[in-house]
Amino acid sequence: MATLDSKIPDGSIADKWENHKFSMKLVNPNNKRRFEIIVVGTGLAGASAAASLSELGYRVKVFTFHDSPRRAHSIAAQGGINAAKNYTNDGDSVHRLFYDTVKGGDYRSREANVHRLAEVSVNIIDQAAAQGVPFAREYGGLLDNRSFGGAQVSRTFYARGQTGQQLLLGAYQALAKQIAAGSVELHTRTELLDVVLKDGRACGIVTRDLVSGEVGSHSAHAVVLATGGYGNVYYLSTNAMASNVTAAWRAHRKGAFFANACYTQIHPTCIPASDEFQSKLTLMSESLRNDGRIWVPDTFDDSRSPNEVPEGERDYYLERKYPAFGNLVPRDVASRNAKTVVDQGKGVGTLKNGVYLDFADVIDRDGEDVVRAKYGNLFDMYENITGENPYKVPMRIYPAIHYTMGGVWVDYNLMTTIPGCYSIGEANFSDHGANRLGASALMQGLADGYFVLPYTIGDDLAGRLGEAVVPTDDPVFLEAEAAVNSQVDRFMSIGGTRSVDWFHRELGKIVWDYIGMERTKEGLEKALSEIPALEEEFWKDLRLLGSAATLNSSLEKAGRVADFFELAKLMARDALEREESCGGHFRAEHQTEEGEAQRDDENFAHVAAWEWTGADSVQTRHQEELIFENVALTQRSYK
Amino acid sequence: MSKQLNLTLQVWRQNGPDEAGHFETYTAEGISEDMSFLEMLDTINEGLVQSGQTPIEFDHDCREGICGTCSLMINGQAHGQEKATTTCQLHMRKFNDGDTIVVEPFRARAFPVVRDLVVDRSSFDRIIEAGGYISVNTGAASDANLTPVPKEAADTSFDAAACIGCGACVAACPNSAAQLFTSAKLAHLNLIPQGQAQRFERTENMVETMESFFGSCTNHGECHEACPKDISLDFIAFMNRDYVKAKVKNRKLAGQT
Repeated sequence: MATLDSKIPDGSIADKWENHKFSMKLVNPNNKRRFEIIVVGTGLAGASAAASLSELGYRVKVFTFHDSPRRAHSIAAQGGINAAKNYTNDGDSVHRLFYDTVKGGDYRSREANVHRLAEVSVNIIDQAAAQGVPFAREYGGLLDNRSFGGAQVSRTFYARGQTGQQLLLGAYQALAKQIAAGSVELHTRTELLDVVLKDGRACGIVTRDLVSGEVGSHSAHAVVLATGGYGNVYYLSTNAMASNVTAAWRAHRKGAFFANACYTQIHPTCIPASDEFQSKLTLMSESLRNDGRIWVPDTFDDSRSPNEVPEGERDYYLERKYPAFGNLVPRDVASRNAKTVVDQGKGVGTLKNGVYLDFADVIDRDGEDVVRAKYGNLFDMYENITGENPYKVPMRIYPAIHYTMGGVWVDYNLMTTIPGCYSIGEANFSDHGANRLGASALMQGLADGYFVLPYTIGDDLAGRLGEAVVPTDDPVFLEAEAAVNSQVDRFMSIGGTRSVDWFHRELGKIVWDYIGMERTKEGLEKALSEIPALEEEFWKDLRLLGSAATLNSSLEKAGRVADFFELAKLMARDALEREESCGGHFRAEHQTEEGEAQRDDENFAHVAAWEWTGADSVQTRHQEELIFENVALTQRSYK
Repeated sequence: MSKQLNLTLQVWRQNGPDEAGHFETYTAEGISEDMSFLEMLDTINEGLVQSGQTPIEFDHDCREGICGTCSLMINGQAHGQEKATTTCQLHMRKFNDGDTIVVEPFRARAFPVVRDLVVDRSSFDRIIEAGGYISVNTGAASDANLTPVPKEAADTSFDAAACIGCGACVAACPNSAAQLFTSAKLAHLNLIPQGQAQRFERTENMVETMESFFGSCTNHGECHEACPKDISLDFIAFMNRDYVKAKVKNRKLAGQT
């Protein structure tokens, strides 16, 4: 049985990564080309890893289900990327970024990983700027920074509201350079459907060509999963439509522990769903809370238009409950309070599923032009989507899921509990603890891909010089292909009455209701009875049309939704076992008198990593104790 | 309750790149004006599945106008009639009750149809691989602030880099030319100090790779009209200038091979 050895190096926190880099074994430059590495996913983590590994000399095969590597959902990140450059001379440092990240993660992340992340953050900016990423600049031509997500220093680098797009283009172009050089083999419209092991070690993957439907195998000395987060388990999220957990989950089923599944992050300012067929939620920048005032009508089921509700009949509930921070309370606090008022029946809009974000006061005070200069593009975006003019009528907002901190368990080297199989970026669980800070997702994806994995992967490969890859006609590959083919056949032959989207939507409702912003023992138990019932129906009543031998996006979705069902059950179990509130995991039973998350450091300062024990049994929970030697554990308060 | 629309759709159906395609007519009833165009297609697909017909395949992913995956010719216009809008951000309130809407794939020889409305735009990736990058290996970069980039250059470079690679420019062009895409990608790098070392090699390679896939530009300007990111035609002029310079600078002198 695999054990949880985090392999955190010895030494003081500031020396661990340096010492580790020196103590790791190296692969001679001429020998690197004798190793083959598979990278799955081409977002920030995958593209940066594939490019960097091939620059080192490894032979890399990279896979994406998109038509081009540049489509990955990293492209949608808006705000920025943190780095401890201290270009603004305001007291930032590696240690401060480390400290803020551990604290922001509500003391549920590994100190050593977070410190390394803060250390390499500065290299990421250098690398991206050299690639030509058009970061915002000052008039002197030097890089501009801003403060983001409540940070007390200005350490966020940005490229308008499209930082993710520009960083991804940088990584994609680096990858294109390596493809052109012939050292990376690119497979587009190809989806991973299984991770293959031989003698307990990852030896390759099984994929399906999404255009021809052909199932085939690829072998390598190491497999890297850079396949993003699982927010789409909620159906409605800010994730892209095709974002999924399948690669991570199939690795989990083959022995990779899955950690902290219940740590999911909600973004408070998204546009609420307008109807049953809404396919995704759009995020509005959090900066809007700097000037907008959040309120709901005092009376239940108030059907008046917002401008008809007199001042005295409005409840500015955040300003009322948190006079010091008001509308600027942290994401989770703002989100939970919105849920509370909507659940009470005070929600606004046709579906009563939002709260108002009102700009009337700031427009009165500063004029419409000032507001337009600050938020013009956001207001236009809102009007385009909702058909309402936010200069005249308050915006309607509601929280939505947009990031998942949980993921595949990895050690300090980013290796999963399957030897030879790695996980990087949002797909792993490693750096954000129970809550991710703004502008830290891009940082982690690129840190893993550019500056961590390229070092750590060599340590394992160095001892395997001369080992041939397992041929793809080996029985382990043939068996895995047969299993994938039989799942495809099973989907196509169910012949039920309901579409895959219907099941996904119904699953999403359960997950959102019971494993969303606020969890209770009772709700989680309900989820654990409702999810399997719906899952059973899925396998009996799914209707897929068309052929498995052509492009068939419903068939692709069926596989992803099947995995979401299994993941959702694990999320509920993980949330149920974690009898505390921390970061994005809020158990109603565990809150302070102020309604804040109440941690239980004595019993839960650990990572919960779940081991797959078969389709018919519940996963086994393992613990990795978290040791805090450099940061003191404290309780948040925003009163 | 939001307004509801009843629509007739003529949608291009095609089983594969080598098979003949045809239009199918579908009716879409009770479409909410709050739906996006793609959600309207989702609704039609839901109905097709219910009635036992194969759903329509179309490309899409982020549904917030940034990934560049969605496409479609809507009534003959790439991404529909709205200026600077991707199909995923086009909402049904822009249509009228009773409208007939014709939906086709992006059409260009360099974008073969994969199935129905899905096309293969990988020729764009080949253009990037020809030189749309700055050769700096991971770890080789010096401190970012050692290379000041004039704000104006950085801002103009960003304007070009905002291209999402959707291919609307090609679909809208009567010649199926890819000048707007290529020039945006090229200007992003050629305008800033970091991109100078490879500027002319990059220009020649990208332009000539582009020409191996796509038609020639005859200055119609339809590409800009269709562009969801409002990429300026000026970049095409910039690319043309750099190409001429590149042909001079890259010329090998007699005796050199």
